[in-house]
Amino acid sequence: MATFWIIICLILLSTAGFFLGRHRALASAKGQVPQLHSLPAYYGFNVALTTLVPSLAVLAIWLLAQPLFVETRIAAMIPADLAPRSTEVGLVMSDVRRIAEGLDIAVTQGVMTESEIQHLSVDTIDLRARLGGLGIALGSEVLPEFLVAARSYREMSQDGRLMMTLVVTLMALVGFARSYGQTHKDFRARNVVERGVMALLILAASLAILSTIGIVFSMLFETVNFFGLHNWRDFFFGSSWAPDFRGDSTLSMLPLLWGTIYISVIALLVAVPVGLFAAIYLSEYAGPKTRSVAKPLLEILAGIPTIVYGLFALLTVGPMLVRIFGRGDDGLLGVEWMSGATSVLTAGLVMGIMLIPFVSSLSDDIINAVPQSLRDGSLGLGATKSETIRQVVIPAALPGIVGAILLAASRAIGETMIVVMGAGAIAKFSANPLESMTTITTRIVSQLTGDTDFASPETLVAFALGLSLFVLTLGLNILALYIVRTYREQYD
Amino acid sequence: MDAQDIKIKASNVQVHYGDTHAVKDVTVRITDNTVTAFIGPSGCGKSTFLRCLNRMNDTIQTCRVKGEILLDGEDIYDKRVDPVQLRAKVGMVFQKPNPFPKSIYDNVAYGPRIHGMFNHKSELDDIVEKALRRAAIWAEVKDRLAAPGTSLSGGQQQRLCIARAVATEPEVLLMDEPCSALDPIATAQVEELIDELRQRFSVVIVTHSMQQAARVSQKTAFFHLGELVEFGETGQIFTNPEDPRTESYITGRIG
Repeated sequence: MATFWIIICLILLSTAGFFLGRHRALASAKGQVPQLHSLPAYYGFNVALTTLVPSLAVLAIWLLAQPLFVETRIAAMIPADLAPRSTEVGLVMSDVRRIAEGLDIAVTQGVMTESEIQHLSVDTIDLRARLGGLGIALGSEVLPEFLVAARSYREMSQDGRLMMTLVVTLMALVGFARSYGQTHKDFRARNVVERGVMALLILAASLAILSTIGIVFSMLFETVNFFGLHNWRDFFFGSSWAPDFRGDSTLSMLPLLWGTIYISVIALLVAVPVGLFAAIYLSEYAGPKTRSVAKPLLEILAGIPTIVYGLFALLTVGPMLVRIFGRGDDGLLGVEWMSGATSVLTAGLVMGIMLIPFVSSLSDDIINAVPQSLRDGSLGLGATKSETIRQVVIPAALPGIVGAILLAASRAIGETMIVVMGAGAIAKFSANPLESMTTITTRIVSQLTGDTDFASPETLVAFALGLSLFVLTLGLNILALYIVRTYREQYD
Repeated sequence: MDAQDIKIKASNVQVHYGDTHAVKDVTVRITDNTVTAFIGPSGCGKSTFLRCLNRMNDTIQTCRVKGEILLDGEDIYDKRVDPVQLRAKVGMVFQKPNPFPKSIYDNVAYGPRIHGMFNHKSELDDIVEKALRRAAIWAEVKDRLAAPGTSLSGGQQQRLCIARAVATEPEVLLMDEPCSALDPIATAQVEELIDELRQRFSVVIVTHSMQQAARVSQKTAFFHLGELVEFGETGQIFTNPEDPRTESYITGRIG
């Protein structure tokens, strides 16, 4: 039975369980709701959840575990001389899987019967051509060993499915029978449902955490592969970035890191003063009317997709900067410092604009959290508003503001689109903000787009870069949290 | 009473918060070197009226003040008067201790620094020490002036706030329920301090505790529903009130 239908059956059973459980509880109290320990619906939910949740959990685990189990068993069947290296085992296994899938399709389309498959032999039939006719393309001729492996792959999968269907159905029925049997007017269904709700919440939280771990691991494995193919010293300490898909590239992170940090610093130089001052104005000076208009307007900035900021950089800010710093005697300053619109300054300025609402709305919340009594105390001593803000409010809010700035910094470091469109694609060390440079994120994009071969260091370097970026932003976030927690003044 | 002694003369003061008429036609004379207590049930307008005396109500947007308040004969609501300068002359201590997130020293030095009250660091040291001594907290903190003000206990924090207020050499000290967040021992210390402060300042204190008013004040004003019901010598108010409402409040029948 297909997994889909199993799930449908489980849902039907648990829906039926809901009504039956509710009914039985009411019947046990002779229809008197006040006699029940819990509200009738709780008894229904109890039966429904006990039917559905354990069986669905088993189903999910089974679906994840079975392929792994089957593949390790089949991989052991493949003779060692056909796949001498561990990477080749993977290739062989994917061929076996495709043959097995092809046979499945052949059966469902009526081209072959099960008994035919049992007696199939590669000597009498061109399986590659037959499966090709069904739309299954195989990479190489089918070896007899592969056919044997594919056959047992199919058998084991089918057996596994059957077992799964049986176990899941059994779980559901046992859950149903047990909870239905328990249903009685004195049964504390409410408390059981409470535990069920908690389990649901824990599940959601652990999914979020597990996916983070999953992302890290997926990058970690590819990064390990990369360092198997490329010297780590060159990656961390080399000085040039020159990928060459014909091989022999120098792939050093440092020029990219330099570009990333340079652009982020410029962005923060724009975003922090403007964002902070905007927050101070909005929270301390603006009247309720101004605030109610200005704050949403400022937050619209946060909702603009970064690609639009990229266009702004490319079409407006870049040419504007060229008009100021370039064009020789035709330019505003009469200098020839900037030739193209893409530069560190272009990307940094636009990224700074993008970060303004981020800094200002976080700082605004933090400044508002400073108790009014501190402001009153300062004003009561004869301080002016700006003296109060400078000497009392900002120091009190400083840990939070530093945290906000570090969070903004980690966003700047991870930003891609603005840099792609505004900063250019040349990896180099230069202190001149009017030159093109590039960042880690844009190089990841360019290494992974187009025709890629996942066995070459030029492609795999993207994962190493991604992991480095992840570590960098994670470090910044942890630092931000640490500062906020350690230096936060406790106001009650 | 000698007219020379009158420090603050408030006449026909009306305060509105939006649509609420919080203080209705209050007229009070506050004399120098005296502790004046404002008593009354919650929401009677006594704190609001207190905040009028140093224009702290200016910081609340919906608040409007009418009437006349003269400090040493000068109208404090006159356009030429700078509220910031006024607040240096009329200091304030708040209900909850509110030390700034700075060291004990910097908390006390805050006002003198803002108002440029010294030429050399040594003069500032003297100002800080004098203020802390006057607030009766010098002995407890003299060895840890660099410690954060928030590290002190509640009672110490409140005395630090009083030291901070007296450091700017105000002429009047307003106290808005200064002991309501303190335990009885700290309260006794602060009350003792208030009595000493009377030697140099005119002190106005808002309090919920009638015993406190009786202990520390010479003059008492009883507020009820935004009106000043009765104002006079503390002994007179507590032993022989003229208005029946005052008597009801003091004996615990309303409030």
